[in-house]
Amino acid sequence: MAEVSFEGVTKRFGDSVAVDGLTLRIADGELLVLLGSSGCGKTTALRLVAGLEEVSEGIITIGGRVVNEVDPKDRDVAMVFQSYALYPHLSVARNIEFPLRQRGMAKEERAAKVKEAAVTLGLDTLLDRKPSQLSGGQRQRVALARAIVRDPQVFLMDEPLSNLDAALRVQTRADIVALQSRLSTTTLYVTHDQVEAMTMGDRIAVMSHGVLQQVAAPEDLYAQPANTFVAGFLGSPGMNLLPGKVAHGPEGDVAVEVSGGSVPLPPALRAAAAGAAEVVLGLRPESLRLDPVGPLQAEVTIVELLGAETHVICATPDGSRVIVRQPPQAAKPAPGDQVHIALDPDPAALHLFDAVSTQRIAGP
Amino acid sequence: MTVTSVGLGGRAAAGGTARRTRLFREAGLAYLLLLPALAAFGVFTFYPFLRNFKLMLYETPPVPGLPAHYVGLHQILPTLTSAQFTQSLVTTLVFVVLVVPISLILGLALAVAAHRRLKGIGVYRMIFSSTVVSSVAVASVVFGTLLNPVVGLLPWLGINPTPPALENSTWALPAVAVITIWQFLGLSFIIMSAGLQSVPDELLEAAQIDGAGPWTRFWRMTVPLLSPTIFFALVVSTIYAFQSFGAVDILVGYQNAANLHANVLIYEIVNTLQMENNPGAAAIMATVLFLITLGLTLLQMRFLERRVHYAN
Repeated sequence: MAEVSFEGVTKRFGDSVAVDGLTLRIADGELLVLLGSSGCGKTTALRLVAGLEEVSEGIITIGGRVVNEVDPKDRDVAMVFQSYALYPHLSVARNIEFPLRQRGMAKEERAAKVKEAAVTLGLDTLLDRKPSQLSGGQRQRVALARAIVRDPQVFLMDEPLSNLDAALRVQTRADIVALQSRLSTTTLYVTHDQVEAMTMGDRIAVMSHGVLQQVAAPEDLYAQPANTFVAGFLGSPGMNLLPGKVAHGPEGDVAVEVSGGSVPLPPALRAAAAGAAEVVLGLRPESLRLDPVGPLQAEVTIVELLGAETHVICATPDGSRVIVRQPPQAAKPAPGDQVHIALDPDPAALHLFDAVSTQRIAGP
Repeated sequence: MTVTSVGLGGRAAAGGTARRTRLFREAGLAYLLLLPALAAFGVFTFYPFLRNFKLMLYETPPVPGLPAHYVGLHQILPTLTSAQFTQSLVTTLVFVVLVVPISLILGLALAVAAHRRLKGIGVYRMIFSSTVVSSVAVASVVFGTLLNPVVGLLPWLGINPTPPALENSTWALPAVAVITIWQFLGLSFIIMSAGLQSVPDELLEAAQIDGAGPWTRFWRMTVPLLSPTIFFALVVSTIYAFQSFGAVDILVGYQNAANLHANVLIYEIVNTLQMENNPGAAAIMATVLFLITLGLTLLQMRFLERRVHYAN
């Protein structure tokens, strides 16, 4: 068990910067998810911890020890790859045993450890098979078994669920969380899937273009996104972001004028908006409803029926997209209809971001 | 009801005929397109191959101009037990043992050395693979000069066997083997490089994190994963070695080859046919060479089936 920390870590490949000044601490026993779209630097950050890439600037520590110059095999980390990276010419048992054998563990001890890991992951009947004879889910479990068998200080997981089908992914997600919680091993988990991030992480670190955007617990990240990137990235669908101007009324009331209407700000946000002129208004799809007296006017472009809910996708006059999430029983408009949108249930559920810096100004 | 079903059946039958006609036309077109290749193979490969079996059954008198006569299988055993053939076969096996392992090990070593993301590595890859495009005549002339007892590289290095390497019964075959190794090295390098490309980086990285050093990664991961490629290269180089004779012909020559223990089987076949005017014996030896090649090919095909299990 160990704390992992990045201190001002930068990684360059030639002229391109994959990770830019990353400072992040993963507490002992924590499961931290690195979330971002592909190419955002999350996998590079993971590989830096593993020692598969060299740090260009900054310091990485594991358990208080600076590991910048330490060989991967001496870092006491175990990694689960997206492709699982099972050794195809070795049986399941030999795959799980490989890291123990490399450490010179005695044969009897090795056998006991392999058995224990195999039982933990339900692989005890598959030990003689080759990886090619296993299903995707079984291979994934072998990769996990190979990681846990060493009892490492840190688990590094690089999108381990992305090659599984949807149903198996949900099951394995829960299994990994349970396993991690039982072993209490510090875990750095990379994914581009926000559902995975929200359901698994003790905390989530959102990255974009090599830069850390925000680190917070899942619920805080969702409720208080630090900038427009995080606001738009999290949530399915993400937050509606409408550029607008702050307008001050004669009686001290403040509104944001956006394409399609003027949205009055609740008193709590007025003070925060006072100094801003150009802003981005953030509205979660579930905070909106279609209402003939709503302040926003838009045209319906697509109506998506998802069973448990309906997404009404609208466009404001300047073409900005606004998605309204409706319960299934609500009346469904047709594409081309002109509609009005109101905030529901709480007008306070709106977020304000600075249009230039994209940083959060105020919100619920 | 009956009328309807008859109507449907009729349409189905008509459809079936049309489909058969279309298939027939497609097949006809396919054979037409194959014809040039089949004709070339037929004339230059299949016909000589079959003709070879016929030649085995005829004996040509040593005096030129007399017709060959049918002897059936009677000349097979004497040919296969002749000192000429057995010595040639032993020479060939020694030659193969000299050429194959060294060209494979060197090819693998060069491929591993060039399998890095370094600036300018492409130039080295080009150099390493360049021997594949050099002709045996050019290689022989260059090596012949290097081995020359007066102006060559060997005397310069202080190695000067007497008689000179290419006239020496101990060194003639190894000298020719060196040229063949050099020539095959390019192909060996290309095959090994291609094999290395197919070993996923992630496997080696996983092994690295699991505690394996460079040596262990090479022996426990790269070599087993490369084994189908190595085996393929082994078979190809063995066949190549069995069929090489250009350097022997250019540097040793017909007069000396047998005395210097450098008369490899295919050279023996050529000379039996051309110099001794004995197509029957040459055909028998050619059949032995064919059977050796066939055996190696079958072995390789069986081994390559195992490769399927390596697919992850």
